[in-house]
Amino acid sequence: MSEGIGARVLRKEDKRFISGKGKYTDDVIEINQAYAAFVRSPHAHAKINGINKQAALDAGAVAVLDGKELTGDGIGNIICGWMIHSKDGSPMNMGAWSALATEYVRYVGDAVAIVIADSQAAARDAAEMVEVDYNVLPAVIKADKALEDGSPQLHPEAKNNLIFDWEIGDAAATDAAFADAAHIVEMDITNNRLSPNPMEPRSAVATYDASEEHYTLYTTSQNPHVARLVLSAFYQVAPEHKLRVIAPDVGGGFGSKIYIYPEEIACLWASMKTNRSVKWTSDRTEAFLTDAHGRDHITNAKMAFDANHKLVGVKVDTIANLGAYMSLFSSATPTYLYATLLSGQYNVPNIHGNVRAVYTNTVPVDAYRGAGRPEATYLLERMMETSARELGVDPIELRRKNFVQEFPHQTPVIMCYDAGNFEAHLDGALEAIDYKGFEARRAESASRGKLRGIGTSCYIEACGIAPSAAVGSLGAGVGLWESGEIRVNPVGTVEILTGSHSHGQGHETTFAQLVSERFGLPTDNVQVIHGDTDKVQFGMGTYGSRSGAVGMSALVKALDKVEDKAKKIAAHLLEASDSDIVIEGGEVKVAGTDKKLGWHEVCLAAYTGHNLPEGMSPGLKEDAFYDPTNFTFPSGTYICEVEVDPETGKTDVLAFVAADDFGTIINPMIVEGQVHGGLAQGIGQALLEEVVYDDDGQLLTASYMDYCMPRADDVPNYQVSHYKTECPGNPLGMKGCGEAGAIGSPPAVINAITNAIGNNNLSMPASPQKVWAAIQASGSKQAAE
Amino acid sequence: MTVINLTVNGSEVSGEVDDRTLLVQFIRDQLRLTGTHVGCDTSQCGACVVHVDGKAMKSCTMLAVQADGSDVTTIEGLADGAELHPVQKAFRENHGLQCGFCTPGMIMAATDMINRHGKDLDEETIREELEGNICRCTGYHNIVKSIAAAAKEMG
Repeated sequence: MSEGIGARVLRKEDKRFISGKGKYTDDVIEINQAYAAFVRSPHAHAKINGINKQAALDAGAVAVLDGKELTGDGIGNIICGWMIHSKDGSPMNMGAWSALATEYVRYVGDAVAIVIADSQAAARDAAEMVEVDYNVLPAVIKADKALEDGSPQLHPEAKNNLIFDWEIGDAAATDAAFADAAHIVEMDITNNRLSPNPMEPRSAVATYDASEEHYTLYTTSQNPHVARLVLSAFYQVAPEHKLRVIAPDVGGGFGSKIYIYPEEIACLWASMKTNRSVKWTSDRTEAFLTDAHGRDHITNAKMAFDANHKLVGVKVDTIANLGAYMSLFSSATPTYLYATLLSGQYNVPNIHGNVRAVYTNTVPVDAYRGAGRPEATYLLERMMETSARELGVDPIELRRKNFVQEFPHQTPVIMCYDAGNFEAHLDGALEAIDYKGFEARRAESASRGKLRGIGTSCYIEACGIAPSAAVGSLGAGVGLWESGEIRVNPVGTVEILTGSHSHGQGHETTFAQLVSERFGLPTDNVQVIHGDTDKVQFGMGTYGSRSGAVGMSALVKALDKVEDKAKKIAAHLLEASDSDIVIEGGEVKVAGTDKKLGWHEVCLAAYTGHNLPEGMSPGLKEDAFYDPTNFTFPSGTYICEVEVDPETGKTDVLAFVAADDFGTIINPMIVEGQVHGGLAQGIGQALLEEVVYDDDGQLLTASYMDYCMPRADDVPNYQVSHYKTECPGNPLGMKGCGEAGAIGSPPAVINAITNAIGNNNLSMPASPQKVWAAIQASGSKQAAE
Repeated sequence: MTVINLTVNGSEVSGEVDDRTLLVQFIRDQLRLTGTHVGCDTSQCGACVVHVDGKAMKSCTMLAVQADGSDVTTIEGLADGAELHPVQKAFRENHGLQCGFCTPGMIMAATDMINRHGKDLDEETIREELEGNICRCTGYHNIVKSIAAAAKEMG
């Protein structure tokens, strides 16, 4: 059975996970290991008057280290790596963020000191004994409030807490289009604040070796090389060649493990200070308090149509809450990952987006699965559905009428869509959900006193976060290529070294499938190595659904070189021309003859070096850096069908159809799994999840008792299908599938509920209470009865 | 400190534990069986599920001293030597896991569920009984499929 491209190969990595043999960061125990606990601010905003460590030290703490000592040792501030300029040309107003607070704390959970002790329990006990004298200051939590005159000020660099006031598109042309429009739809839309919640809490084990002046860090990272780069170049923890970062098995990320957090920095530094290995593992409440949150946009959005229901303009004014400090990619998420997608799947001649990013006394906000694209999709697709209802036309037909039909398509907001067929997945989704049969199903629900609704979402998103020159011109501080290396062993087995990181995506299987496809080797003969800066030369890591389109493309380029050299060796041994050599099924053959060698014979010849073409070096190992030519543009149609109980406002998701175009698919089983997971997160956002702070900045949703995670009985079985157009921007034609489910699904769910209850005025999460109130407001309860 | 004696994965073990030591801490830190995971602090996520005297138990919700004299099975002890348990196999064959972190708890909870319900375990029951196990990766679709397949196989 083929294990190449398109095969549903079972995952190689599963064997260790189902046996309890996965190795996650918290499973690591070093010799002479101590444990860290953090003293965290209980206040959302306060000045630190003093820290009394004596009781903790008397109780046996190895050390209690604070922010002044940290900065005194030259450890640099945490930075945001993407420069955004305001529309007046000024650079973003970034305030200082020290890994341990020095003078002020700015959110509940802000780290003040690191306490080292001989056991985790002792460290936690000691941390509770550290007395911090605070002068409590007023706090501001909501982004719109933070901009008001007189609101508490977080950073001296950012007047009125404004980080930047950025725009994209042509304001004057868009205003003119609106002035001439036949229909304008306007909505105030909030994108609810979420906590990513990978099941593995963040963890770090840092070891300083004084004799070598060398650090080793095990950490829960999606991008260990970027972590090393930032820890070294910006935070001055250690030079890169003296710092090894290992991200072993990582239990989910969803964006939250991209960033380099205060805890990793503090553990590395504390390891040097105490000459002990230092382990810290977050508990769940600490994760809610400190892992970067996602979303949290407040937007006024307008959509304009001409008399023929053709879109003539989209205009949005967004306030993005970035929390108390600027996290690594926080500035890119509400700008270039958001407003560049405001054209959706549609021909929109005029677009203008304005985004103000603000500081508040909340945990930093950064990219969470989808990162900006869910926010764009949610408002566009809610407006399309609402527009159709207000115009009295079928929402499907309104979308179809405005679809981009020809590619490449240049939008007014930077993106140039390279390939797609939006009608194909729309038609596929309509058929899968039996759209025509909906009215009969609605009547059946009504006969039981229930309100049935159907809602659609047509999303497009941008993946890969590359090419490097393009993102560099938009403000990115790093290049966003990927690297890969193919090492063929003398016996013909293959090691893949990749800068991509797998934390649930199944790279150990899909990347091996590339080798299987190329040389006809079983995937069992291939080992994928990732997540260790001592083993893999460099890599930008996994986020933005980039591991396929960018990471695997780098491997393709390296495989090209391996294949080329292997063919030259074989041609030499078989006395044939290079161009006549074919490699298939583990054999290297001269086309049209019975002359052949085993793959392993060619590999061995490469390493013995006894009989190679003149001038050729021995060995069979090649690497490649790959930088794509464009973003990739996955798209799809999602349709959700719900039933609402008008007595309670409870929503049941009865059916969910996802019809996606991901370009080339390496392993459909894994791709479907990625979609399923994204859908659950999107349905979670739509129905259940919301981070809630009270007015004083206390986090009210700091455990699984309070933050409603989707459980198995909250979600349906999903119907997933694929409609392929190849991406011309990379050698495999891949687009990326990791985030689509979370991007496309929230508006489909909300559109279904608003369809059921006959009231468009509904915000996420659509709790039973909110839905019930909306039903009362619309009078649809009576309609059902 | 208290000395406890129990059977873990068929072997007699003993250890000295603090009164506040949780069973999961004893399993992970003292026995070094790190397949059992901790995903929350409130007995909600189920990543720590083991079997205590044949019943699924959240090992973060039980003190180690309470397990004195018990027979404990962790994910490492579920397979019969090299032969995987049918639930382990079903999770792999149905792509019922992604990052693998919730997986040990899922498999232990699922095994208990199948032991109690047998082969007639239906989807609604599976979803309802999985309330105590959170997965953030799979959207549950393939976990439900895995458990249904294992129930059929074991029945």
